[in-house]
Amino acid sequence: MNNYETVIGLEVHAQLLTNTKMFCGCRAAFGAAPNTQTCPVCQGMPGSLPVVNRRAIEFGIMTALAIGCRVNRLNRFARKHYYYPDMPKNYQISQYEEPLAEHGRLAIEAGGATREIGIQRVHLEEDVGKLLHEGQLETAPSSSVDFNRAGVPLMEIVSKPDLRSPEEAAAYLKSLRAILVYLRVCDGNMEEGSLRCDANISLRPRGQTEYGTKVEIKNMNSFRNVRDALEYEIRRQTRALETSERLVQETRLWDPDRAVTVSMRSKEFAHDYRYFPEPDLPPLDVQAGWVDELRARLPELPVARRARFQTAYALSAYEAELLTQGRGLADYFEDAARGSGKPKVVANWVLNELLRELPADDDRAVAACPIFPAHLVGLLALIDDGTISGKIAKDVFEKMYRSGETAQAIVGREGLTQVADEGALGAAVDRVLGDHAKVVEDYKAGKKAALGFLVGQVMKATQGKANPAVVNRLLMEKLPQV
Amino acid sequence: MAALAALTVHELSARYRSGQATPTQAVTEYLARIDALDPQVRAFLTVTREEALRRAALADARFKAGTPRGPLDGVPIALKDVLCTRGIRSTCGSKILERFVPPYDATVVARLFEAGAVLLGKLNMDEFAMGSSTEHSAFFTTRNPWDLARVPGGSSGGAAAAVAADLAALSLGTDTGGSIRQPAAFSGVLGMKPTYGRVSRYGVIAFASSLDQVGPFAKDAEDAALMLQTIAGADPMDSTSVDVPVPDYRAALARGIEGLRLGVPAEYFIDGMDPEVEQAVRAAIATLERLGARAEPVSLPHTEYGLAAYYVIAPAEASSNLARYDGVKYGLRAAGARDLIDMYSKTRAAGFGAEVKRRVMLGTYVLSAGYYDAYYGQAQKVRTLVRRDFERAFERVDLIVAPTTPGVAFKMGEKEDPLQMYLNDIFTIPVNLAGLPGVSIPGGFTHTGLPIGLQLIGRAFDEAMLLRAAHAYQQATTWHTRKPPVDGTPR
Amino acid sequence: MKISLADVEHVARLARLELSAAEKERMRRELDGILSYIDKLRAVDTSGVEPTSHAVPVTNVMRDDTERPSLPPEDMLANAPDRHGELFRVPRIIEE
Ligand SMILES: [Mg+2]
Ligand SMILES: [Zn+2]
Repeated sequence: MNNYETVIGLEVHAQLLTNTKMFCGCRAAFGAAPNTQTCPVCQGMPGSLPVVNRRAIEFGIMTALAIGCRVNRLNRFARKHYYYPDMPKNYQISQYEEPLAEHGRLAIEAGGATREIGIQRVHLEEDVGKLLHEGQLETAPSSSVDFNRAGVPLMEIVSKPDLRSPEEAAAYLKSLRAILVYLRVCDGNMEEGSLRCDANISLRPRGQTEYGTKVEIKNMNSFRNVRDALEYEIRRQTRALETSERLVQETRLWDPDRAVTVSMRSKEFAHDYRYFPEPDLPPLDVQAGWVDELRARLPELPVARRARFQTAYALSAYEAELLTQGRGLADYFEDAARGSGKPKVVANWVLNELLRELPADDDRAVAACPIFPAHLVGLLALIDDGTISGKIAKDVFEKMYRSGETAQAIVGREGLTQVADEGALGAAVDRVLGDHAKVVEDYKAGKKAALGFLVGQVMKATQGKANPAVVNRLLMEKLPQV
Repeated sequence: MAALAALTVHELSARYRSGQATPTQAVTEYLARIDALDPQVRAFLTVTREEALRRAALADARFKAGTPRGPLDGVPIALKDVLCTRGIRSTCGSKILERFVPPYDATVVARLFEAGAVLLGKLNMDEFAMGSSTEHSAFFTTRNPWDLARVPGGSSGGAAAAVAADLAALSLGTDTGGSIRQPAAFSGVLGMKPTYGRVSRYGVIAFASSLDQVGPFAKDAEDAALMLQTIAGADPMDSTSVDVPVPDYRAALARGIEGLRLGVPAEYFIDGMDPEVEQAVRAAIATLERLGARAEPVSLPHTEYGLAAYYVIAPAEASSNLARYDGVKYGLRAAGARDLIDMYSKTRAAGFGAEVKRRVMLGTYVLSAGYYDAYYGQAQKVRTLVRRDFERAFERVDLIVAPTTPGVAFKMGEKEDPLQMYLNDIFTIPVNLAGLPGVSIPGGFTHTGLPIGLQLIGRAFDEAMLLRAAHAYQQATTWHTRKPPVDGTPR
Repeated sequence: MKISLADVEHVARLARLELSAAEKERMRRELDGILSYIDKLRAVDTSGVEPTSHAVPVTNVMRDDTERPSLPPEDMLANAPDRHGELFRVPRIIEE
């Protein structure tokens, strides 16, 4: 606990999950061979012109609504100028004075408390291409550009400087990511760069109202990086302030390998972006009707859903939390819970058995799950009506996961049905009683625990298919007569 | 010599249909004229001979089979080199694009090819369409067919001269501040700037995006109607093209101008303008009145601020549009650079000419931190006032009649000072600022035989009205039928 | 004087334009003349006047999110001054 207060604001760039780019019909998908997804528009050829992708605007509006922003009726694109080889036109089509939306808020949970963080603005822009260096940028004799990514829709979400610690920053990023993923507007993958985060951080003596010298940190491509970079920067700035060394307003890069931020002295000068309204794009008039339409399409968001799961299905906060991580998993749970009418049981099966099998808990993994909710319901029904034991059910579940078959099919084929037929079981019981005379003696001598052993032996003899209740009753009947 | 090349497009097309001539004959004749006369006129940057003969043969076959595509099928045209043509270099008059070969056709080019038009070649222009004389072409200056010592006007000087000298039956240019109408006036042909948004800008190498518009150069109003019919209409590739129904322009021609109200703006008759120009325009107005129109004075009070607003807005947009020429993706790259930024600066220094550099600097300056409101912001507001002037005038009149330029074609090298050059455009620029359609038609000649331009300005998307009036005027006059003494000597 | 030599150098740097000493002075002179002329804009009362950024007032021009085929890399790379396989090569990058 030092005597400086940390002030952090986050600038998040989210690649939108549209089929095509922001201003042209080229595929936006990641990972294609270099320069195979470009055209005159996204490569900034002479004479080419942009045309707005409607879905990108709709994704932006949906996000804005989800984080309580006011959607601006007049929406304008603007040109932001600076020279860099990954930017084909040497200006980025972005938004400046008339952004898509403003004045939102996002609830975060950090240190056990819930806080609302202000959102300054949400705007849309185009991504740049990818620069490849031979080795390090500093030492590369030359660099190369792939324009596949150029023009991919980006949504920039800027928070107010309301965050007070790296933990809060991480929490903010986490809940924002959850919302984007729930809305299915971004896949939230930080490693692949579809979700990027820059931070503005400054320190000030506690109690002081005006902000200290702000430093911008870039290149933090994981939650971990964000926390580490901010913690490092707090240490660095604290040291500077304490040794009253001058802090400069600058942009610094996070170097995950050396775990330090390094100044990129560059941009200082380049900061004259010369914004002006994009003459190639008429303004957007976002009418209330359109916004309402999109509001109606909003899914239930993570926080609300978690709360509902606790009340409606009597789940623990922990269970609700895990089950609402992804929209796909939550949907899976709810389908199965409704089908079986036993939410608690379903929750256990999903959290213990299903998540053990699934490679991940994200939508992609859940969508690819070979066991449909209805199949899980079918399995649970077989346990209820005594057809199979809970133990067998777990094996059946694994088989269902491998084969995609229903429980009924597997149980039927492999004759896993419990044996409740007294004749068949009677014989097995008699055999066990014959084979373990000593144990029977012990039992009669009052060693009641011996009963458990005998039950176990019968179960073993019937490869677990025997109905434990029936076995118990038969033993109780037969023991006295031995 | 000029049997077919002397004809208008509608006459030529009639000969095709009646079998009296074939596209190949016409194209061959035009190519021969280019060989013979272009060494003096210097309108063409690129002649696409084989391409032309190939397309002509295809057109021949269509006429033979009785399946021509329409009035432009087999018609020899040429294009200002600002238009992107797939597989044909498109230089925009600049060193920086000297070897640029676009992988795509501009929308207007695609539409012309679909209509069966035959491309003869690409035409000279001031670099990036910045200029009024073609003296700012990176390659050479086009000559005025009426006096080879004079400029044809600009920036679409090649496109104007080519039609004037019968080196192409029709051509396309672009007009940002007068670049179609001014060279049309200087070269004695019809040149029309359609309403902003009427014709697609996709594939048109941008100068000032909010002002640029493509339009035809033609031998008469009927030919212009045929060209406009082919290129007009909304384009999904151009967000600023407007989906307003395109009327049948040719049908509109016949309607005459009986009862039309003509506005004559006092602000377009200024001291220092060429008296012969004023006389000619006044005479033309009298002619239009004789044809049944009624002329009345109108006022466009903000005219005098148009040029200043334009020289903020156009360079600002240009400085942005030209940022992409950096030696990375296409075009020139200067050799021997130490690093990337050095490469950028050397490439742009070597690739851009003086006028382009001037405007890129001016535009960068007016957009730079601290100056935006004083320059760009204020200019955009003045632009609104210029627009309102016209709106008010058009509440009372159907058409505005004025000179296209204060003077006639000047001698090469005569206008040294940039500002003097810019002043050529004071009568054309306000029309671009307001986004309105305007046409310049031959309205007489000076005693030395130099063409004088008559400018007609109309309501937004009412190009039909302009063509109607132009046609009526041309039915009553013969200025547009005069041919320049191209084979002849400077006088 | 509306524009200084230092301004010219600053703007030239923003515009990535190398100018010789002679060009700079000439540029300063010419820009100064043009800017002085442009100054007449200040005389216009534009209070309460909306700026015009588009000559024709249209809004909401958008396209559906449907794919259109990209161009073959060969076509898109054909004009490249310097290539590195299927990539555009640029000289070494030194930040300002
Ligand atoms: Mg951004
Ligand atoms: Zn593209």
